[in-house]
Amino acid sequence: MSGPAAGTPQAPLLPEGRWTRAEIVFWLVPVAAFFLLPGHLVLGSQILIVGLFALSLDLILGYAGIVSLGHAAFFGIGAYAAGLLSVHGWGEPLSGLLVAGAVAALAGWACSFLVVRGNDLTRLMVTLGIGLLLFEAANKAAFITGGVDGLSGIETWKLLGLFGFDLHGRVAYLYALAVLFLLFVLMRRLAHSPFGLSLRGIREGAKRMPAIGAPVRKHQVRIYTIAAGIAGIAGALLAQTTQFVALDVLGFPRSAELLIMLVLGGAGMLYGALVGAAVFMVAQDWLSGVNPVYWQFWIGLLLVLIVLFGHGGIMGMLAAARSRWSRRR
Amino acid sequence: MLSNFAGILFDGIAYGSLLFLVGIGLSVTLGLMNFVNLAHGAFAMLGGYVCVVAMSRFGVPFLACLPIAFLVSALVGMLLERTLYRRLYRASPLDQVLFSIGLTFMAIAAATFAFGPGQQPVALPELLRGQVNVVGVDIGAYRLFLVAVVILITAMLAWLVARTRFGAQVRAAVDDPRAASGMGIDVGRIFALTFALGSGLAGLGGALGIDVLGLDPTFPVKYMVYFLLVVAVGGAGSIKGTLAAALILGIVDVAGKYYVPQVGAFVIYALMVLLLMLFPAGLYGRRT
Repeated sequence: MSGPAAGTPQAPLLPEGRWTRAEIVFWLVPVAAFFLLPGHLVLGSQILIVGLFALSLDLILGYAGIVSLGHAAFFGIGAYAAGLLSVHGWGEPLSGLLVAGAVAALAGWACSFLVVRGNDLTRLMVTLGIGLLLFEAANKAAFITGGVDGLSGIETWKLLGLFGFDLHGRVAYLYALAVLFLLFVLMRRLAHSPFGLSLRGIREGAKRMPAIGAPVRKHQVRIYTIAAGIAGIAGALLAQTTQFVALDVLGFPRSAELLIMLVLGGAGMLYGALVGAAVFMVAQDWLSGVNPVYWQFWIGLLLVLIVLFGHGGIMGMLAAARSRWSRRR
Repeated sequence: MLSNFAGILFDGIAYGSLLFLVGIGLSVTLGLMNFVNLAHGAFAMLGGYVCVVAMSRFGVPFLACLPIAFLVSALVGMLLERTLYRRLYRASPLDQVLFSIGLTFMAIAAATFAFGPGQQPVALPELLRGQVNVVGVDIGAYRLFLVAVVILITAMLAWLVARTRFGAQVRAAVDDPRAASGMGIDVGRIFALTFALGSGLAGLGGALGIDVLGLDPTFPVKYMVYFLLVVAVGGAGSIKGTLAAALILGIVDVAGKYYVPQVGAFVIYALMVLLLMLFPAGLYGRRT
């Protein structure tokens, strides 16, 4: 046994947050998928992008305990920022990502002051309200965003001036994977830092944290801003790789589905977000091909069952099974 | 111009009355039982479909459909409360939200499966069609009927809560469930009945609202914000607050759509965020 799984809520911090073997194997999976499943790379890059988006929600929900029903707002802001930049003549992808992330982070920072005050219920309503507000704004401002028709005419230049985005999605896949991995390393570092620990403290007991000198509001504002920025980068990735921004990037269903993925995978352990996104997207791709209405029914049922019986999602169940197994030995 | 304005005002009041009818149940579950029930709109949708089915398949007249819609929604509500909702009264708001989103998705899928994605038509009786002239202002007869029904129901609700034994038990169970059960009140039963009443009123609202709000499978999500807004602004658990908020919202929304159609629903959402900031506990919120 090489020690407990990294990042499970109960597990102690690993020394300096060292990478376990299981984690390295986990990250080899998407690399292997690139070579073994060349026909599914478009779906693959969607999974990577949504995984990044789910990670950003995990930061605020899983770590800091801030509930949100409108996280798609920042995803959409990032997507529109990158898309508009490209439509107006600047299609360089990396700087586009940075600009989109910065714009979304700024929006997140501004919204954070509305969100962090109040209890869970107020937060749910305020995030829901902000999300709907942006959706309606983007819908009505069709002269900028294209409204319901979506924003088309996005041209993404060659990556690093070398690799053009191809029809098979090979470059898009590797690009998304590289961005996801890089940001994951940063988020993992953040989760294992004193700041990350402090966030978990706030999640468990926001009233007691000031007593040990943790500035609760400041920490919440900071993590909300970071999460919004990362969601924006995920949105920008989607805009750049699909070269299109649909109005539904801002929609309520996207925020709700994101929550579902996170709860499905298990919140507060980073990997849960990735596993949840992958399982959700693959199941959606498979089942909604059969019938989209049935898909919605099953996802609803799954959600009810998770809430009633399956706390901790897939990763939580794995961790429980694992600890039972190791105790028996 | 003036009579035009009066017409819009009355339309807004009628619309607000509907919002009140549906929202009051949500206000009760949220304010009294602390349950964030995003699936509340699904009960309204259920009432609407019950009404449509009763009319088109069994030939029940419209007015007789209304109590049926109320009863069926109330029964389904009570059933769900006894089997599922009660397990989550102590759960975190996030769990409650996820659970009720799950229920909503299932309701939408089931409605699409059973009735298709289109709008459902409703044939109003002759009596309720057309216009009625009241002191020089032309008013839709159905709108007038709506307002009358809601006034009647509000009066009955106020009487129920303030004057009856059941009302006293509800108030006691809500203020302090432990002390209430210590006094011999069956709190679980009270909550089930209250939940059923809220669901039934939502169903009634859904049935009455087919002509105004429309009825299709996306109904629970489309109007979720409006119901939440009514409760958030009015202050959860307050009949008076819910009524005031529903009327304000109805008038603002109808007037907004008439005078500044290009802005659309933007006003309502902005109002929601603003009001939540200014009155975190609602206009008539219970101070805890």
